[in-house]
Amino acid sequence: MATREAPATAREPGDPGPKLPRGRGARRASARVGAWRPRWFWPAFAAPGMVWLVVLFLLPFYVVLSIAFGAIDPLFRTPVPVWNPVQWNPFQFQLLYDRIFGAGGFLGPAFVRTFMYVAAASALCLLLAYPVAYYVTRYAGRRKGLLLVALLAPFWVSYMMRMLAWVNLLESEGMVNRLLVNVGLLAEPFPWLAGQPVTVTLGLVYGYIPYMVLALYAGLDRVDQRLLEAARDLGASRRRTFVMVTLPLSRQAILAGLVITALPMFGDYFTNDLLSGSPRTSMVGNLVNDAIGSPGQGGQAAALVLVMMALLALPMVLYIRATARASREAGR
Amino acid sequence: MSVRRWLTDPWRKPRLLEALVWGYLAWSVLPVAIAVWFSFNAGRSRSSWQGFSLRWYWEDPVLSVWHDPDLQRALLHSLRLAVLTTLVAVPLGVAFAIGLDRWRGRLAAGFNFQMLLSFVLPEIILAVALLFLFTNLLKAVQLGTWAQLLGLVTFQLSYPVIICRARLLSIGSEYEEAAMDLGASPVKALRHVLLPLLSPAIFASAVLVFADVIDDFVLVRYLSADAASEPMSVKIYNSARSSPTPALNALATIMLASSLLAIALGFLVYRRLTRGERHQESTVEGFAAQV
Repeated sequence: MATREAPATAREPGDPGPKLPRGRGARRASARVGAWRPRWFWPAFAAPGMVWLVVLFLLPFYVVLSIAFGAIDPLFRTPVPVWNPVQWNPFQFQLLYDRIFGAGGFLGPAFVRTFMYVAAASALCLLLAYPVAYYVTRYAGRRKGLLLVALLAPFWVSYMMRMLAWVNLLESEGMVNRLLVNVGLLAEPFPWLAGQPVTVTLGLVYGYIPYMVLALYAGLDRVDQRLLEAARDLGASRRRTFVMVTLPLSRQAILAGLVITALPMFGDYFTNDLLSGSPRTSMVGNLVNDAIGSPGQGGQAAALVLVMMALLALPMVLYIRATARASREAGR
Repeated sequence: MSVRRWLTDPWRKPRLLEALVWGYLAWSVLPVAIAVWFSFNAGRSRSSWQGFSLRWYWEDPVLSVWHDPDLQRALLHSLRLAVLTTLVAVPLGVAFAIGLDRWRGRLAAGFNFQMLLSFVLPEIILAVALLFLFTNLLKAVQLGTWAQLLGLVTFQLSYPVIICRARLLSIGSEYEEAAMDLGASPVKALRHVLLPLLSPAIFASAVLVFADVIDDFVLVRYLSADAASEPMSVKIYNSARSSPTPALNALATIMLASSLLAIALGFLVYRRLTRGERHQESTVEGFAAQV
């Protein structure tokens, strides 16, 4: 039971602790003292997870490729996967290309719309979340813990429930319309839920802003407060301190926040379905969902998913590299 | 003049910022609070108050959550999936994290990248890929609970791995090496030294996975077989725009309560596990940082 004491001596995260020799020589030295493990010891721990990821993460994407480049059953019009890459046929992509860019292509507007909604919603998220995160890290004082709980609260409320709440509020008889009519801003109830881009964009902001708040909070909390105090002591005004010190130091957090909110928005279709339900506002996620739902369109769904992955590859890889770098720095 | 002085005072309190924060909190909490409030409505409306009742929870003999077999089944299915996924994903993820952290090779780096990719990938992409996998290649896996479980574990695996790896970085390998220098076998060092040190992270990730699965929508919907394997989130999605009664709000409220209960319990246990490690008031921050 002596090991029970161990947690009490654990270091705070971020404290590098006693400097011990690291690297190859150090490991060999400690091996000589007696810390010997068979070579397969650590790989054995990783093995189940590796097998899991190969079967249920890599393999599915091979199936998607085989369907996207596959054939169509001549009788039932269902997609037939072709497992041999040599026989892959890009006709699904040709079809998709025509539907996006061709004359009368009805998928093109959805792509443009997706980019516009996501850009507007991410920008709004940043503008709203930054002051909030800034206040909590810098001015909250003793109430910091409480405020943090309040900021985290939306994470524990189901996304569907948060959208349902807005459906209730925005119905033609709902509270928002009644309030606006009573105040006199509206002559009659506004059809918020009938394909309004504003509603969808605000729905996306409401849905994903907690991720932005958390990313910014984590970044701003790491900013050394002494630097800000130094700037103020040297005569910089509040605004100047913010522009010259805080903002540059939080650039990484802003980028991380934008990526972590925008990525799920690109794949979102349910916000749109619940708050609009009209093809006038449908996004790429809706196209995938419609293709999955209609018979014979599986090949199109697979092709759309691959196009989506290709479009999002750059932000995803940038984000992964940035978090890997941040965790390396935290460990140093 | 005094307004001007207030505006130019370099040390004034940030009133505007404060107002904005309270506005933000109201905006984020009020809609949900109103939805919870109307789950106790006596009438059918979800926007005009007709008196308090528990009609939509169990008093109504047909439409209440308690008496509607569809809603009841959805509730149980959500809880079942959350428990099963937590039981599989957390041990798998913790072992994966330990293995990846200590075994530094090219292969480990590649799998780490894959794991992070599954974390940032939009859920719909993984859901479509898994749907095609189960309908075209691994046909032995029936759509429904089994497919949902396999999919959810894949999607949630990254949480325990990321949280445990962050903790492993701050623990370092010295404690284990000390144990082994004192004669412990590698397995014993792991069991008696490393796992107790990791327990806060393991716990935090279990809570997170549980709460996240209860809320999951995209994956479970694509991998469900029929109405029997549709959890609460899918029920809300299906009927939010079509046949809404406050029973839907009641269902959502129950969902909310079970998430909050999991978090509260998790927080209390987390505080116990990290006792003596940090100050009382920063426990929330520590927990939040884990989450």
